[in-house]
Amino acid sequence: MVSRPHGGRLVRRVLTGRRREIFEAQSGEMPRLEVPLERAIDAEDLARGVFSPLEGFMVEDDYLSVLNRMRLSNDLPWTIPIVLDATREWLESQGLSPGDDIVLLYNELPIAVLTLEDVYTWDKRLHAEKVFKTRDPGHPGVEAVYKRGDILLGGRLELIQGPPNPLERYTLWPLETRVLFKEKGWRTIAAFQTRNVPHLGHEYVQKAALTFVDGLLVHPLSGWKKKGDYRDEVIIRAYEALTSHYYPRGVVVLSVLRMNMNYAGPREAVHHAIVRKNFGATHFIVGRDHAGVGSYYGPYEAWEIFREFPDLGITPLFVREAYYCTRCGGMVNEKVCPHGEEYRVRISGTRLREILRRGERPPEYMMRPEVAEAIISHPNPFIE
Amino acid sequence: MGDKVSVEISKELYEKAKKFIEENGGFKDVSELVEFLLSEAISDEAETVGMTPEEEEEVKERLRSLGYI
Ligand SMILES: [Zn+2]
Repeated sequence: MVSRPHGGRLVRRVLTGRRREIFEAQSGEMPRLEVPLERAIDAEDLARGVFSPLEGFMVEDDYLSVLNRMRLSNDLPWTIPIVLDATREWLESQGLSPGDDIVLLYNELPIAVLTLEDVYTWDKRLHAEKVFKTRDPGHPGVEAVYKRGDILLGGRLELIQGPPNPLERYTLWPLETRVLFKEKGWRTIAAFQTRNVPHLGHEYVQKAALTFVDGLLVHPLSGWKKKGDYRDEVIIRAYEALTSHYYPRGVVVLSVLRMNMNYAGPREAVHHAIVRKNFGATHFIVGRDHAGVGSYYGPYEAWEIFREFPDLGITPLFVREAYYCTRCGGMVNEKVCPHGEEYRVRISGTRLREILRRGERPPEYMMRPEVAEAIISHPNPFIE
Repeated sequence: MGDKVSVEISKELYEKAKKFIEENGGFKDVSELVEFLLSEAISDEAETVGMTPEEEEEVKERLRSLGYI
């Protein structure tokens, strides 16, 4: 059977029926909080069970417990705080008490109703130190935290509607992947997290995992991008080209997940695994320097942290980085190839990007021609 | 946590489980580990997801319309 949701039960908190009618009649008088896209995305992920068992933004007990021991206050593994911030000025202008309903708006569009349970402050430098292992504002995750409000609001929420999603056609929620895996008769599923187009190294790692499980969930994270990143639709096209030409029919599900990326390295690797468990995956492929940025984390730190969580309920797969060996004559990794550095041709994402940016085809030992074609034929494959 | 009942496991396995917890953490005691592993092994998907047959059909319809099944 597929993985049980984290904490035992899949959270579903979409406002429907009578509750929705009451909301529509009363929402005009409710306090309102305009949130940025990142928080609107969190709200939808919470309501649709991506973050099960969380039912809303964290209250202080859970927040501190996650910060200090990487577990919720009930001891369940959880590594990344999911918190809602506001400013002191906003709070003072509202006169709120616990139990009050607050409407969260994104671009003036009602996204969710938060039932306030807790209001508290956070020490952002301590937060950065614990979650990101650095207080350096040069780290993009740390920088984002420093820009947030000083007050945190905790409480369960109900979704009214998610923020507009340009990739709706490719978005599946945990309930949907679970039904899908059941339909396909898959009992074991390895999830692959990505933000990139696939090269032969990725293919090797995925196929190594696929050798031992029934199916593969290729799960690109969509959402916030920086200049030079591949566009989401380019990543999808590239994977469609790869799987249709080089994977057996029916063993891959390609779906996007809109979720915020923190670049919190090891902690985020565990977070990514927990989230995929909620989608029904039984195995999670953990990359080298998974969710890292710059040189803030050691290359295998994201593997080591999993030792602290024997009770995660999803099996991490540590597949070594693949390279082309000119003596082996194929893609291998250092665990299976005895040859020296001089025979190893590593595939560099940066170099691939340069080649593709010029509209050229990378050599075939780096990228499948159909994948390269899918990227090059896009009028504008990179974020500008 | 609800009512508790006793189950029997071999002394040898119990000692191994105890050692496992000491080395890896994550569980308060052997009972908690056993409870976790048992519920993982026998949990029923429909029960944990709490979906009605009608809802399941709606989800399948969307999956069909998107070409996933
Ligand atoms: Zn070799």
